[in-house]
Amino acid sequence: MSVTTDLQDERLKARDGLGGAVAGVMDRARQGELGMLPVIVGLVIIWTVMQALNPVFLSSANLVNLTMESAAVGIMALGIVCVLLVGEIDLSVGSVSGLSAAILAVLFVNQGLPAIVAVLGSIVMGVVVGWIYAQVFSRFGVPSFVISMGGLLGLLGLQLYVLGTKGSINLPFDSGLVHFAQLAFVPAWLSYVLVAAGSVWLFASGFLHARARAAAGLSATGTGFLVARSVALLVVVGFAVWYLNQARGVGWMFVLFLALVLVMHYLLTRTKWGKSVYAVGGNVEAARRAGINVRRVYTSVFIACSTFAAVGGILMASRLAAANQSSGTGDVNLNAIAAAVIGGVSLFGGRGSAWGALLGIIVIQSISSGLTLLSLDSSIRFMVTGLVLLLAVVIDSVARKSRTSAGRG
Amino acid sequence: MTANPAEQVLSLRGINKSFGAVAALTDIELDVAAGEVVAVVGDNGAGKSTLVKILSGVHPADSGTITFAGRQVDIPTPKAAQKLGIATVFQDLALCENLNVIENLFLGHELRPARLDTVAMETRSWELLRQLSAKIPTVRVPVAALSGGQRQTVAIARSLLGDPRIIILDEPTAALGVAQTAEVLNLIERLRENGLGVIMISHNMADVKAVADKVAVLRLGRNNGTFDVAEVSPEDIIAAITGATDNVVTRRAARRHSTEGARP
Repeated sequence: MSVTTDLQDERLKARDGLGGAVAGVMDRARQGELGMLPVIVGLVIIWTVMQALNPVFLSSANLVNLTMESAAVGIMALGIVCVLLVGEIDLSVGSVSGLSAAILAVLFVNQGLPAIVAVLGSIVMGVVVGWIYAQVFSRFGVPSFVISMGGLLGLLGLQLYVLGTKGSINLPFDSGLVHFAQLAFVPAWLSYVLVAAGSVWLFASGFLHARARAAAGLSATGTGFLVARSVALLVVVGFAVWYLNQARGVGWMFVLFLALVLVMHYLLTRTKWGKSVYAVGGNVEAARRAGINVRRVYTSVFIACSTFAAVGGILMASRLAAANQSSGTGDVNLNAIAAAVIGGVSLFGGRGSAWGALLGIIVIQSISSGLTLLSLDSSIRFMVTGLVLLLAVVIDSVARKSRTSAGRG
Repeated sequence: MTANPAEQVLSLRGINKSFGAVAALTDIELDVAAGEVVAVVGDNGAGKSTLVKILSGVHPADSGTITFAGRQVDIPTPKAAQKLGIATVFQDLALCENLNVIENLFLGHELRPARLDTVAMETRSWELLRQLSAKIPTVRVPVAALSGGQRQTVAIARSLLGDPRIIILDEPTAALGVAQTAEVLNLIERLRENGLGVIMISHNMADVKAVADKVAVLRLGRNNGTFDVAEVSPEDIIAAITGATDNVVTRRAARRHSTEGARP
């Protein structure tokens, strides 16, 4: 067998098939490239403990609730992932979501505009807020921490102003928005079709990629591994969907969240923009010298973050069927940031993935849901979530150290 | 020493550059031909970095002419330098440690921006690295995992992507060990074989003797001699760098010499 272009160096250890893939993951973990490993382990532990404490926890009905509760804040966490990747932070996503809810309610209920116009109005607000942050950030060099802290307060004020003296606006229950966020579930047959389509697509894209690599004389993933991967996806996700279908099923809102995660994953890993985001997070000066328009990257990232926050606000208002003075306040802000960090996105920039938002928010919602089932109030919930967040940051810092000692920077 | 200007890829004549009241460069001349390695040496503050910055478009020169490939040119921005075919590898290399070798090589110039052509980029990366006989085991590890010499190789390979005719290396061996220095010197040899003009800024006389064809010495912002490496001893170069031919000791020696000569 001839050796492919990329495996000619004699120093490379041969790693074939499934065993090789597992060994590769173990190796990287030891060198501090933990990726999703800690959060998956954490999730297993949390689920085991919660299930042991209350057998309702892993019931279909509760898990359906969990997915529905995850979507809105999860989408906001997706935006946080983007800003963390460039090594910045946005502390105001909660206020942006609250303002977005307020604008939605005022346009839709008070002004009587069509739902789509109200939704667009909120999203435009998100874009504008992100753009302003980016301008202040890159023109005046103010740290994003301070800018978004100002935004946190200022936008909360704007939210109260927009809501007016009444302070609370209810969305009609028969509107499409509320229906989408509370009652719209994927029909069982369609959910299985989607899972099957997903695994076929995973195999097809992997196979085409492997063929292109082989044609170019590079090492390619074996078809056996690709089949195993697709079958694993089919079985695991298929089972999860089947389990959820025992109760109400998979909500369209959660499907929207998953779709956005997939889109962001694609944008971050397969496009020039994504590479620039990682490059800016890794070494701004190098990115600038490579000819990347750094200012534009920051602008796009801040806009993405507050736009996702606005979308999250729309979904939260729809799910609650109301926008009020407490929309987007409380722990919404920190949950979104904590989700991204727990999901393995480094606070130091340049490391992490869109999947972090999904896994992170599921961890947070699992804690919240589990403790609610035990009829413990928010005091305990705050403490436990805080502890998990601290643990995630400790893991991030330790992993960073072991990366340095293993020469992976 | 000035050869026929038609052979030179890059010629500088009468370059001046001041920062406020400080004349960083005065009346600098430099010629680089294709397939020639020119070492630029000089003490701290001699103007080496300023010269590099003028050539790479970071600072424009105040006056003087730059002739590139027989045409007089201006280099107002780094982009203009790249477009002409002058690539610069700065001392800090400017690599993103969290990205792998392929991503670093193509950073800012990715193929097919909306759906990255990873296969073509990996193939091209290997071509480049093979062309430099680089010893990098795999291109899919983060640059943080590479040694200093390997990083230098990646930085040089990246500068080759734009098909430059002149490549400027700023202190390429400053932070490297013995074996890695040898690796980088081999690399410079390869660049010469491929017909590129190389300008190498260096402090290290051994490296200069090993790879350079010509040495241009800068002292206090002025040309202090251009030597053919084959014919010059390191002591002479060091003397030119430090201006050792112009201090109290040499002046006294010269005085004594002249008085001895005057004696009957």
